[in-house]
Amino acid sequence: MVEELRLPLVGGRVEAGFPSPADDFIECSLDLNEQLVANPIATFFVRASGNSMDGAGIHDGDLLVVDRSVSPAHGSIVVAIVDGGLTVKRLTKRGARMSLTPEPNKLDQGRYAPIEVGKNTDATIWGVVTWSLHRLQCTR
Amino acid sequence: MYALADCNNFYASCERVFEPHLEGRPVIVLSNNDGCVIARSQEAKLLGFKVGDPIFKFKDVVKQHKVIVRSSNFALYGDMSRRVMQTMRLFSPDVEVYSIDEAFIKLDGLKGRNYEEVMRQMREAILQWTGIPVSIGIGKTKTLAKLANHYAKRTPEVGGVAKVPQKPDEMLKTVEIEDVWGIGRQWSKKLRNIGVSTAFDLVSVEPESIRRSFNIVAMKTVMELRGCTYFKFEQSPEQRKTLLRSRSFANPVTSWQKLSEAIASHATRASEKLRNEDLVAKVLRVFFHTSLYNRTDPRNSAHATVELIPPTNVTHTIIKAALGAAKPIWKEGFKYKRAGVQLLDLSSGPVQCSLFDSQEGQDRDKRMMVLLDAVNASMGAGTLHFAATGFTNVMQMRQLRRSPRYTTHWDELPKCLCGLD
Repeated sequence: MVEELRLPLVGGRVEAGFPSPADDFIECSLDLNEQLVANPIATFFVRASGNSMDGAGIHDGDLLVVDRSVSPAHGSIVVAIVDGGLTVKRLTKRGARMSLTPEPNKLDQGRYAPIEVGKNTDATIWGVVTWSLHRLQCTR
Repeated sequence: MYALADCNNFYASCERVFEPHLEGRPVIVLSNNDGCVIARSQEAKLLGFKVGDPIFKFKDVVKQHKVIVRSSNFALYGDMSRRVMQTMRLFSPDVEVYSIDEAFIKLDGLKGRNYEEVMRQMREAILQWTGIPVSIGIGKTKTLAKLANHYAKRTPEVGGVAKVPQKPDEMLKTVEIEDVWGIGRQWSKKLRNIGVSTAFDLVSVEPESIRRSFNIVAMKTVMELRGCTYFKFEQSPEQRKTLLRSRSFANPVTSWQKLSEAIASHATRASEKLRNEDLVAKVLRVFFHTSLYNRTDPRNSAHATVELIPPTNVTHTIIKAALGAAKPIWKEGFKYKRAGVQLLDLSSGPVQCSLFDSQEGQDRDKRMMVLLDAVNASMGAGTLHFAATGFTNVMQMRQLRRSPRYTTHWDELPKCLCGLD
């Protein structure tokens, strides 16, 4: 379900008789969906779990926007099916070789191994991650 | 020219999109209260599971073959169905949703283009965007499109899309009479007795004699198999599978009171239509949205799908379900322009008795509906109607094995691992 929430760009208090001149500048309000969801039919939200992508700005508990209609390219962050589960990795393509690389913090490097697709592991791209939403402060 | 696009093992496929480990394993989906099988993956079909099988009788098979058993998850199926149908609409504006998992597509608007090619592209888009595999049949009439779809499903070599060829005899010969759209089991028996056992045999019979021995609908089916259109858009030889009642508001609606009245009135009219056609509905979808054209006001579009337990055509039950589904998704502060109620998965089958619903209660409802319809028929529609104000929650059903509502609930989103692999 894609809900649309619009926030007014400019707000003016209504005063009977004397409308604020600023009100004339309200053209339309901004809907965050316009930025985050290019193709609603093919867009799914998933929840990140774990720390192997911290270096790419994806943290435990983040909300990821996944667009299945985007073609995965070299360097895309993707949701892939590995061993029957969904996992987030950076896709690297070298010629016909494809690998799925974790991108942890500098301190954690070496803890996570890249997956060479086709070698020992079968992997399918499920969708391309277009946004990661990271909560900075609890608002509720 | 028509195409029929039908999702392969739809409910099982929806489960698999978010749980890829179910791929290749037998999956069955159960009816409300986890009673009977209502859907099967291909693997489960091969194990001999039939729709309607009570699950408790198959404990051993389930254990032995590690069958994945799921409660039905109509929130998920409804949302995935919407995505599939919307993808189709990008390829042709004329899409007739025939059931939750199949739709007829009118191809005449695509003049000059290779229909088969376009349908292959559509199939690819649906698969990539939603993860749902579909089979598509193309033919001069809806009956032929259905037939080609059946052929495509059983012939993996065609890659999911089949078109009735110029010389259709060979394809018609492969389709058993029972599998022809509009030819029921009863007619099949009678037809087989007179030596008609395939679609090809049926085409060879004189239509007039079919009309005399059966009825006009059977004759139309024969004509359709011969390539003459008798069932136009929104027409079918079989009972309808979906029913939609919706309307735009003259003035935008902001209050829940007004919105709920509109939804209740759509639910009422839909229920009347159901009873009129002796059908019951199993799934209900309610939706409402703000204007599609007004870009300045805040916009909102909401929809929810619920299962009706047991399947019903009783007005007050349908109103209750529609309002129960609509209330949690209604939001203050929006000017709603349109609302509607869609009933899906219609059948004329006997209304199953649910665990929690007494036979007595159902008989009472039935008598009340007969009275209601009689009064409204003689004294004008809407003479007797329900005061739809308060509502209580739709009965909690037993759904011990329901998968998360991956696409419609924030706290049930699919989890993606970024961890040690």
